[in-house]
Amino acid sequence: MKQVPPEYYQIMEQLQAVDFVLVELSLYLDTHNDDLEAIKQFNHYAKERKRLKKMFESKFGPLQQFGNSYSAYPWNWDDSPWPWQV
Amino acid sequence: MWFYEKKLQYPVRVSTCNPTLAKFLIEQYGGADGELAAALRYLNQRYTIPDKVIGLLTDIGTEEFAHLEMIATMVYKLTKDATPEQLKAAGLGDHYADHDKALFYHNAAGVPFTAAYIQAKGDPIADLYEDIAAEEKARATYQWIINMSDDPDLNDGLRFLREREIIHSQRFREAVEILKEEQGKKKIF
Amino acid sequence: MNKFLRTYHPYVSPFDPCKPILEKTYSTPPNLFMGFQPPNLPQFSPQEALRAGTLWKAFYDPWFNPFEKPKRGETS
Ligand SMILES: [Fe+2]
Repeated sequence: MKQVPPEYYQIMEQLQAVDFVLVELSLYLDTHNDDLEAIKQFNHYAKERKRLKKMFESKFGPLQQFGNSYSAYPWNWDDSPWPWQV
Repeated sequence: MWFYEKKLQYPVRVSTCNPTLAKFLIEQYGGADGELAAALRYLNQRYTIPDKVIGLLTDIGTEEFAHLEMIATMVYKLTKDATPEQLKAAGLGDHYADHDKALFYHNAAGVPFTAAYIQAKGDPIADLYEDIAAEEKARATYQWIINMSDDPDLNDGLRFLREREIIHSQRFREAVEILKEEQGKKKIF
Repeated sequence: MNKFLRTYHPYVSPFDPCKPILEKTYSTPPNLFMGFQPPNLPQFSPQEALRAGTLWKAFYDPWFNPFEKPKRGETS
């Protein structure tokens, strides 16, 4: 029975936290398009999510499909586990 | 277009094998005020709403699909290893007879999902008021499900989802204010 | 009492069969009072925000059932 290591959950939650800030700021900016501070914060976390995505993917494989992540050999996009399984 | 990310919006956990809670939760999967209805409503209304609020409808509609996946995850985990006996005891015998453990877009009473749940009036204010009402109704549904659940981990995820409805309602209210604004005037209220 | 809850007192008839609920509560969440959100409201850290379901503290209004005790840091 192969299971993901505790590290999977830790890094995943870091990514979820940063992505959550990005979702919140996106909705906020959709109604506040002139808030410069919020835009700066958005761009800061967009960079941070890039870093975390790279780190997560180097350990656990691609997060995104259709060319938004690189594949290893063999093709590992469709490797288990899926998000609802962990 | 859309693309998938192999990640839940929130780390979903449930503490026990509890098909009864799954039966209640399915309300937010295929019910009138559930996440599917929300996603489809906003992503459909956006084609006939002023450009200023299309981005908001697109983003909230997209987030609703992430919520739908969270609900599916909860239902999946609550029923995954349940026996037919347990499902029967939980009132899911009818469901099992038709679907085994497959998820299905219906509400807690087993009524199949219908597009009639979703209005698109083509009038921006009417549509946004519908959206605000939908968020408040979804918030209330989460309250009633939390009130019936003794699963602390499940409630943790449900609290997150309820809080999101509060934010969505807030943004739709702001969208109404943006549409009320006259050219060149600043929004205050 | 949570500042986002309101109460009312339903009429009690001597012929009501269930034990009367003397006080009923309902939710009046923060979005009803915010108006158009002003800039620079106090925020949670990313980790706290994820757990709270909102980035801004002013919107935080968690719902607990009567059997749950709020965890530390959470108001009820
Ligand atoms: Fe919503």
